[in-house]
This record gives sequence, structure tokens and C-alpha cells, in this order.
Amino acid sequence: MIKIENLCVDFPIFSLRNINLFIKKGEFFVLLGPTGAGKTVLLEAIAGLIPVKRGKIYIGGRDVTDSPPEKRDVSILYQDLALFPHLTVLGNIKYGLRFKKNNPVRAKKIMSELIEKLHLAPLLNRLPETLSGGEKQRVALARALVVEPCVLLLDEPLSSLDPSFREEVREYLKRLHQDTGITFFMVTHDFEDVLYLATKAAMMNQGEIEQVGEVSDIFQKPSSHFVANFVRAKNILSGKLVEKKGHIFIDTGNIKVEVTNCNLESGREKVYFTVRPEDIVISRNPLSSSARNLLFGRVQEILHRGPVLYVTVDVGEKITALITKASFEEMELRKGDKVFLAFKATAVHVFV
Amino acid sequence: MERRKEFFSIVAFICGALVICFLTFPLLKMFTSSSLGNLVFTLRDKEVLESIWRSLYTAFIAGLISFLVGTPFAYLLARRDFFGKKIIESVIDLPMVIPHPVVGIAILSVVGKDYWFGRVLSGLGIRVMGSILGIVVVLTFVGMPFYINSAKNGFKSVPSRLEKVSRSLGASFFSTFLQVTFPLAWKSMLVGVIMCCARAISEFGAVVVVAYHPMVAPVLIYERFEAYGLSYSQPVAVLLTLFCLVLFLILRIFSMPESVKR
Repeated sequence: MIKIENLCVDFPIFSLRNINLFIKKGEFFVLLGPTGAGKTVLLEAIAGLIPVKRGKIYIGGRDVTDSPPEKRDVSILYQDLALFPHLTVLGNIKYGLRFKKNNPVRAKKIMSELIEKLHLAPLLNRLPETLSGGEKQRVALARALVVEPCVLLLDEPLSSLDPSFREEVREYLKRLHQDTGITFFMVTHDFEDVLYLATKAAMMNQGEIEQVGEVSDIFQKPSSHFVANFVRAKNILSGKLVEKKGHIFIDTGNIKVEVTNCNLESGREKVYFTVRPEDIVISRNPLSSSARNLLFGRVQEILHRGPVLYVTVDVGEKITALITKASFEEMELRKGDKVFLAFKATAVHVFV
Repeated sequence: MERRKEFFSIVAFICGALVICFLTFPLLKMFTSSSLGNLVFTLRDKEVLESIWRSLYTAFIAGLISFLVGTPFAYLLARRDFFGKKIIESVIDLPMVIPHPVVGIAILSVVGKDYWFGRVLSGLGIRVMGSILGIVVVLTFVGMPFYINSAKNGFKSVPSRLEKVSRSLGASFFSTFLQVTFPLAWKSMLVGVIMCCARAISEFGAVVVVAYHPMVAPVLIYERFEAYGLSYSQPVAVLLTLFCLVLFLILRIFSMPESVKR
């Protein structure tokens, strides 16, 4: 549906370098990244709103690299929504229809459906300046979708909303995506958006794509230190990769952790690894389980997070484990207590 | 703190009163010096009416030319950054800062017969010196910067994202300009045209060099002043000032923010 090959965009102080992406039809694709990573630039390049220096953009199998924005079949929804202030809500929604040569009966039907779905009927004669944030969002969505685009590009559409509206609009987005079957390409840095909406995601940093894949992969198997940090992965540690009797370990200098499924050559001076807190078992006595990593240390910090707790243990390195409230009470854990941490070698995710 | 504030208010008030007196006193004196009878008599003078009409329509043509040529240029300046933009913007402001007779001399040096361009025009039967065309050229020269600057500011005030959204919804560049940019910037464009016309009507120094005849109102006022003295030139000046006043009143009304008008 969207294929981007070796895309480069050059500005005097910023550039996109070698962007390669493939997004399937009907997918809800989310582009993550910090402010200034180039997310909006990529979005505008797809929409044809900024010139491309090199590379190709295909939409629906058609090479649109040199096509003007109006010939790309792509709608864009900005963070500030950019509703036309001189037009009423109805004028805004209908705006695109006069330029698209769609069947007028079908266009009218789609417009009525969108007005109904997004509860816009009471607002049709109002000007944008009189609308609330959530109402504006719904109008902008209707305006973008009424032209039946192949792709809807969304530039942080929820970030300017109050939390209560955010929930509501997120729900609308999910439902509209399911109902219309249109490919959604959304830029965000809100994890809740990603986890709730996305079917696939990419991580961008300094004009480059750092990682593309399933949402779970990005959060659980970050491919770089940047991604791991950005998704706030816990237990990010680094060390030297060593091989001993056919087993591979990472030596941090303070602890040795056994790993499997590591494609990196041993002897590498610095590799990173993470272990998800929920994959770590905490106990008073050493466990006789299949877990290949068993570490011993003292409880340093206990953080209550509703029904679960994060327990940070100093085993030479600080490692955080997740336990349920029930287990916590049963173990009667206190700061300074001596405990064992156990996790499987397969639970260790290694990256550079 | 309160006393300081009070002191500042008093100073501001006195300065304001001085400025208003400075601006209105000579004009009021001129208005009151011309009796109603004199004004009516002047209004019946064909030469006066013709010169005022000439001033008005040549200024309007200058405004129209500025609108047609200046609009795309003002849009470009508002939307694009390019090498040498600051220099170009300074060049546009140039007619506002150089002395008016210099403008006339500069235009003459291009369209005069001593220069190839002037000879080409002459060969084509186009006369600039001492013609309506000459007046229009001068007025456009001095008035256009006002239009370009006002229109540029108007275009700048329209968020470019509105245009981007319009393009993505299927509108071409031209349709986007007509449907989105123009409806949101037309006030600034109109104000620009009015300012350009007003500036053109008031032009004397450059016109007198390029086209003494046919006479526009400021030249006629000057001629009457030179030939017959103050009392003969005053009624013409009053009439021209009245026209300018109406123009600027319209300008103020259009440039007022919506909330104030309501």
C-alpha cells in the first residue's frame, strides 16, 4: 500500500536519510520518535507537501514521487487540525468533495455516515472557532475521510487534547480504522496510542528509521540503545560478550548473564541487553528451575504500582523485577532483604 | 509605583495632544481658510475636476497593476525563503525611502531618449514623458511597495498548514489560493491596494519630473500656488484632502479587527 524506498529529504538544518518502509493496506501504522526526529517531515514527504531529494514513494502500487499532493489520494490531519476558519463545519467537511470526481450519490452517503458516526449533526452550521478540542478533532477527521483517501496521515492528532477527549478520539480513530479499512499512518510519541491503536510501528531518530516491526517487538525487543531508552525499557545494561564452554555470556564487570539466540560474535567489547521485569522471578531461596541466570542481592527499592510492584535489587547491578501484590505480601519483602533473582537465558534481549 | 504610572499617563496624554495638534492644526487652518463659496467655485472649475479625476484614476490603475503583478510576488515572499530574500525585500522598500524627485529622475533616465530603452519605446510610438502612461508608471513605482508589503503580511498570517490540508484534499495550487488563501488574506490585500492608491494620489515630486502635463491634482495645486498664491491653491488642496480622508477612513474600517467592529 505504501512503499518507501531509500527516501532522502534535505533541508538546510535537517535531513531524512535512506528511509525504507513498507506498510500493508488497511494497516494502522504508527511512527514513534522524539521531537525533532523528522516524523512530520516524513509525513509531509508522503503527502507530497515537501520536495524529495532522492528515493521513491509508492502509494497503492503507483509511483507518486513526482505527483502533486492533490494527485496522491492521501489525506493529512495535523496536530493543530488546520480547520478552515472561514468555513462552517459543513463547509469544512464538504471541502474536498468538489475536487474529487467521486460519484455524488456515494459521496453524499459517505458524508452522512461520517456526520452520524462522529456525532457532528448539531455542529454543522458552526464556525471552527466556536468548537471544543474534541469537536474540532471530529470535524477534521470527517473532512479527511470524506474524500475516501487510500491513506490517512495523522500528525500527533491526540497530543493537543485533554485526557478525557483523548480517550474519546482514540476510540473514534480505532472504530473509523476498522470500519473504513483505510490505511492509517500516525505519528505519535504517546505509548498508549501505540499500544491501543497500532498494528505495526516504526521508531525514528535523527532523520533515520531505527526499528520497524510489530509493536510488541519494539517494546520488548528494542534493536538499539536509543529504542530501548525511548520505550523506557527497564534493566538496560551493557557488557562484553564472552563465550565459555559453548555458552554465551555478557560480562558487565559485576555480573555475568547467560544469553541465547545471540547473533553477535563473542568478544564484542560493548553490547547492551534488557530483561523485562515480568520475566524475572524473585525469591527468598534459590529456585531449582530451568532459569539459567540466578543472581543474589539486597532489595534496594520497592515501588507500588497498583496491583503490581517493582522491586529493584542490587546484585552488583541494579535489576528491577515485577511481582504481584499477593506475592509481595506473602514474601513480606522489605528494603535491605536478601533475595534471589532468576530469569531464563531466552529472556535476555541483546542489542548494540 | 502608582504615582509613576500616573506621571507616565500625563506625559503620554500631553505628547498625544501635541501630535494631534501638529497633524491637524495646519490642515484645519487650510480647511477654514477656504470659504464654502470658494470651494463650490473651485468644484465648478473644469481643470480642477479633471486633475482630481486624473489623480484618482491613475492612482487606481497603479493600484490595479500593483495588485496583478504584486500578488504572486508577495505570495512568494511570504511563503518561500531563498538566497538574497532580505536584499529583495530592501529593494522593494527602496521607493519609500528615496526622495521623490530622485524617483522621477531615475524613471526619466530609463525612458528618456538618451537611453536605448527610451529609444525603443519611442520607436514603438509609446510616450512616457508628459503622458498618462508616465504618470501611471511613476505612481506604480511609488505605490507598489505598500501593496506588496501589506499583501505579504496578509499571506503570512494564513497558516501554511491550511494550504497543505487543502492540497491533500484534492485542490490544486490555484484552487487552494482561491478557496483558502484569498478568503483569509483579502482584507490585507485590499488594505494594500488602498494604501498604494493613497500613496499614488499624494505623489508630487516624481510626477512633476516625469509628467508635468497632463496635470494631476498635486501638480495643479503647486502650479496655482506658484502662479496665484496661497488662496487659489487652498480650495484645490482641500478637495484633494477630502478625497484622501475618505480613502483612509475606508482603510481604517477594513483593517480593524473583527471584534472591534462588532
